[in-house]
Amino acid sequence: MKLHEYQAKELMSLYEVPIPEGRVAYFPYDAWMVAMELGFPVVLKAQVLTGGRGKAGGVKIAKTADEARDIAQELFGKTLVTAQTGPQGVRVRKLLVEKVSSIKRELYFSITIDRTIGKPVVIASKRGGMSIEEVSELYPEDIIKIPIDPAVGFLPYQIRRLKYDLDLVEQEKEISKIVSSLYKLFMDKDCSLLEMNPLVVTDTDHLVALDAKIEIDDNAIFRRKEVAKMRDLTEYDPDELEARFAGLNFIKLDGDIGCMVNGAGLAMATMDVIKFAGGSPANFLDVGGEATPDTIAKGFEIITRDSKVKAIFINIFGGIVRCDKVANGILQALKTVEVKVPIVVRLTGMNKEEGMEMLKNSGLAFSVANDIKEAAHMITQITKGKNQDQPKETTKETNKKEK
Amino acid sequence: MAIAVYKTSRVIVQGITGKEGRYHALACRDYGTKIVGGVTPGKGGQDIEGIPVFNTVEEAVQKTNPNVSLIFVPPPFAADAILEAVGSGIKIIVCITEGIPVLDMVKVKRVIEKEGIILIGPNCPGIITPEASKIGIMPGHIFKRGSIGIISRSGTLLYETADQISKVGLGQSTCLGIGGDPIVGTDYIFWLEKFEQDPETEAVMIVGEIGGDAEEKAAEYIKAYVTKPVFAFVAGASAPKGRRMGHAGAIIMGKKGTVESKYAALKEAGVHVIENPGYVGETIYKTLKEKYHFSI
Repeated sequence: MKLHEYQAKELMSLYEVPIPEGRVAYFPYDAWMVAMELGFPVVLKAQVLTGGRGKAGGVKIAKTADEARDIAQELFGKTLVTAQTGPQGVRVRKLLVEKVSSIKRELYFSITIDRTIGKPVVIASKRGGMSIEEVSELYPEDIIKIPIDPAVGFLPYQIRRLKYDLDLVEQEKEISKIVSSLYKLFMDKDCSLLEMNPLVVTDTDHLVALDAKIEIDDNAIFRRKEVAKMRDLTEYDPDELEARFAGLNFIKLDGDIGCMVNGAGLAMATMDVIKFAGGSPANFLDVGGEATPDTIAKGFEIITRDSKVKAIFINIFGGIVRCDKVANGILQALKTVEVKVPIVVRLTGMNKEEGMEMLKNSGLAFSVANDIKEAAHMITQITKGKNQDQPKETTKETNKKEK
Repeated sequence: MAIAVYKTSRVIVQGITGKEGRYHALACRDYGTKIVGGVTPGKGGQDIEGIPVFNTVEEAVQKTNPNVSLIFVPPPFAADAILEAVGSGIKIIVCITEGIPVLDMVKVKRVIEKEGIILIGPNCPGIITPEASKIGIMPGHIFKRGSIGIISRSGTLLYETADQISKVGLGQSTCLGIGGDPIVGTDYIFWLEKFEQDPETEAVMIVGEIGGDAEEKAAEYIKAYVTKPVFAFVAGASAPKGRRMGHAGAIIMGKKGTVESKYAALKEAGVHVIENPGYVGETIYKTLKEKYHFSI
């Protein structure tokens, strides 16, 4: 779960990490007031749960309170499109208004989990301000990686290394305090990422976290109620959110073949096999181990809401979830949700015969495939055929839905 | 021979009185696995269709002499369950549980490395030596005893590939899912070494996923140490670009993590890459027959 910058800074501030003075604005007038309170110039930063907002025009500086209000007016309701958001972008609903800090140097600092060694790792660099992906490509020698043994925590010699490698001899006490506080925060709140980019050295030679990013381990949310409350539901795709509440894992894509699969790996492979057959998946959907009539109905509902979807591919390999149960789920679901597009089903694994029998005897028109490549072939034949026959009608439908 | 689990493996099931634990303990027993006991705190003294239940792993170990533990304990308590098994001297642990907090696994990883424990998972389907022992949640009937070892990150993809391999008339020596979580007990390299040494295994199939650099590391190892034919499929060729799939730890590795990077590394190591998951069985069959002159 990602936190907003202002939420990350609130948490850091609780751990006595220095952050710029600032407040959140929800209306243009808020920005005017905060600017008056802080003095000038101020920076207005769009609070959206995506990277790359600076390049997309989501960060602006104002020299007067009126200017702050005008910029806020312009940013509210604006849709930011970044490399990470996809073409639909994200809407700006909140701004963080901060006093502009004087910057002497920009550094990069983060703590994350290194999955290869199975430990938290500190990543730091003298080259802050640009994305760490860029730094790792252009100046790999400028990246410091320090693994932390959780049994002993962050050690003095590791802090010394940061001090020298980041040229922070004068700020030794400050960096030492910041690093140990952030490590504590990382462990206390079950973070999976904690990042300051940049962490700046100001004109007066103090350290300030100019930007902050925190991600919390979704698996640990159950024991971090105080952080769970910070989840900003307005930042999620409504379909993806609805799926999550129903226990499904759904990601929207832009093709025309709806997919319903059990298991994340098989779901990805199903998308791959569709691509290789010349088709294009409309979504990633893992129904998980509990394919009940309710979750399957919800899956159909969300998939068919997308008017681009011309056919649905159900690919189930029964393991935990048995095929007869899935077949029953599909049949029950189709009583409550109207699915107008053709469905290709591939059921195999535990209780396959019973499942297939139930589908065949249902009187409903399924295309049944024996294996994954046959299914992919069948479904791309269907969608390609429709593409040629009725292109106009599809466009009309799309327009209607959008309005 | 196969690897790690055999007809003689004696298994206890932690979390045996839960819905999943009970169902799969019995399914494993039906397959022929020796399920010698179960553990659920507070349910000691009960039995699940003849399988005795104990309050602690320690007690189960004393009374039933197991060498493998299969874990179905819910996520908040799963790390503790793994460590309890370690503390009671069990050397092979299979953890099915999905959703264990990463920082819990950081602790577990540290202990199992020190103690030399084989932890399969978490968030995995388990391990199976066909027609001998099934320790996990996989549908047993799709596996056939044979000469291909399979190492998979995903559960359902393990079934998919094993099924295709069985359908072309080949079989498997041992198959396992190493787990889909960021921190898991074992990596491909650990199992590649075991399969390389196992006389029954004649070829190995790796089923990977995008993200991280485990497949790249496996490729380096294969190049240096593996003499048997290796096949690989990596899921996620069609995953949308630009949507962050990993965290900074994965990103810092630059271009590593993409399907392209993984395939390039694997091909460079002499691995037979199967890009379309619909053709795993066919490709293995053809390659082994034509290139390696297997008499199939």
